[in-house]
Amino acid sequence: MSKSAPNTSNPWLFRFAGLTALVTFLLIGLGGLVTSHGAGMSVPDWPNTYGYNMFAFPISKWIGGIFYEHTHRLLASAVGLLTTVLAVWLWLADPRKWMRWLGVAAFLGVIAQGILGGLRVTMHMDSLGVFHATIAQLFFILLCAITLFTSRLWLELAAGKKSSFVSRSLRTLVLGTTVLIFIQLIIAATMRHQHAGLAISDFPLAYGKIWPATNPDAVASYNARRVSVTEEAPITAFQIKLQMAHRIVALVILLLVAACARQTWQRLGPTDSLTNLAIFWLALMFAQIALGAWTIWSNKAADVATAHVMVGALSLVTGALWCLIGFGRSTSFPQTQTLGVFGVQASMMANK
Amino acid sequence: MKTFYFFLLLASLAILPAGRAADITGVITFKGTPPAEKEITPIMDDPNCSVGYTKPPLTHFYAVNPKGELADVIVSLKGVTGKSTGASAPAVVIDQKGCLYTPSIVAIQTGQKLVVKNSDQCVHNVHDKPTVDGNKESNDVQMPGGADLTYTFTKPEPFLKFQCDVHPWMFAWVTVIDSPYFSVSDKDGKFTIKNVPPGKYTVEAAHRKLGTQTFDVEVKDTDVPANFTFEAK
Repeated sequence: MSKSAPNTSNPWLFRFAGLTALVTFLLIGLGGLVTSHGAGMSVPDWPNTYGYNMFAFPISKWIGGIFYEHTHRLLASAVGLLTTVLAVWLWLADPRKWMRWLGVAAFLGVIAQGILGGLRVTMHMDSLGVFHATIAQLFFILLCAITLFTSRLWLELAAGKKSSFVSRSLRTLVLGTTVLIFIQLIIAATMRHQHAGLAISDFPLAYGKIWPATNPDAVASYNARRVSVTEEAPITAFQIKLQMAHRIVALVILLLVAACARQTWQRLGPTDSLTNLAIFWLALMFAQIALGAWTIWSNKAADVATAHVMVGALSLVTGALWCLIGFGRSTSFPQTQTLGVFGVQASMMANK
Repeated sequence: MKTFYFFLLLASLAILPAGRAADITGVITFKGTPPAEKEITPIMDDPNCSVGYTKPPLTHFYAVNPKGELADVIVSLKGVTGKSTGASAPAVVIDQKGCLYTPSIVAIQTGQKLVVKNSDQCVHNVHDKPTVDGNKESNDVQMPGGADLTYTFTKPEPFLKFQCDVHPWMFAWVTVIDSPYFSVSDKDGKFTIKNVPPGKYTVEAAHRKLGTQTFDVEVKDTDVPANFTFEAK
């Protein structure tokens, strides 16, 4: 058994880590609602709210866009508190040194996120909103990873429970797909923080074509057709191309995740936990494509667009968790040795 | 003495203008049927804003009266800069009433004060988003009954956007001009650019949705007419 793994699991620590990850997922959703409703600047001051201490801002004034931005800040404070408790708990209770430092990383990450969000408002910088959205995804992965590392599943792996070997080629395929999903989320965050509404108003075609015209006259005609009471900024050729890139990358991701699921099934068998995770991942992809189409068909309805954001976050973290477990089950040495990453001992078994 | 009067006459002739300042006046019309306005339906979902409305108000993109006369067109002298008297000009006032900016289209000089009032019983944030370097973006709290907010801009900019992020349908558009020679057409489509010095000018009429048109004039010592006709694109 690895000396770096705890002797027994700590179910309450695991549950608390899971709770923190869950609340963070809800916070990502609330942040999505802020952007979907164009409410990111509806509270001009930070860390106060309209001059009040943010925890004392009267509920009667939670109106319009303020409701989304203010509740986002309140929930972010809750995530900050939960993360702080988690970091302290890990430091005091987990014997694995690397886990303690993961807790510290989570603590620093939530502080950085809070500051980024505040500066985005006080400095009027939409570009900071893109960083804020991207860091949120990485922070969510970190919390889910901490939850995994405190789980019985992981501890059993570390204790030498036999599991199927995961080949390098399969790990590389899943890792590459996960990285591509992360790039897709950056593209999406960049699109959303243009605050220009839908750059392309139809799907699956784009302005009635497979590839839309983006010359100045065409873009001018698209803008002339757009009439909205919320007066989004005019769309540009760059934004149209960005949306097309988002659509193409989505298709590539779907095909790659399907390949990951197929390869996992073939190599690890239909009952392996990683196979189940890969199938869940594929189901998420279909849901995500449907939500993406629905976002366009509904003219970017805020709740639909936000659901698309949340499923995107789930898609990324699912790939990341698969990678962590898959890499944790990788080894090229005899089974009696303690090997693999993060102190996980894996058995060398024949690939199915 | 004769020499004195001679030079006095010369000096008088030198300081007399070739002609006196005159006004440029005109009427802006719209040809055809303007595009339909949209109902601002979200206003009815907000209990603070829906007070006073029995049905959703309409957007005001094309302010055309039954005679086809077009309001909210900014008429100015193209290329005339560096003549601003904004620092001493009276402030231009816009208000937030019924969760709408009133008026929504105004023009000010560089350095002239723009005062924003909040006559509503709910909070607004006043967020200006200039696109010209040198004009400062700001985002300010304005409580109901709160103090007026004052803005000035140093660079000319057409249709500088003011918005409320609490109520995402609220917009005002402020055109900043580096001279006093401009006018905004009224509900009858009429405009008057006052006290234009003699000379040749290009008069520019700009509508936020319909684009711009120009008309060359020469101002001597009588008022000059300049009419414009817009139509839907």
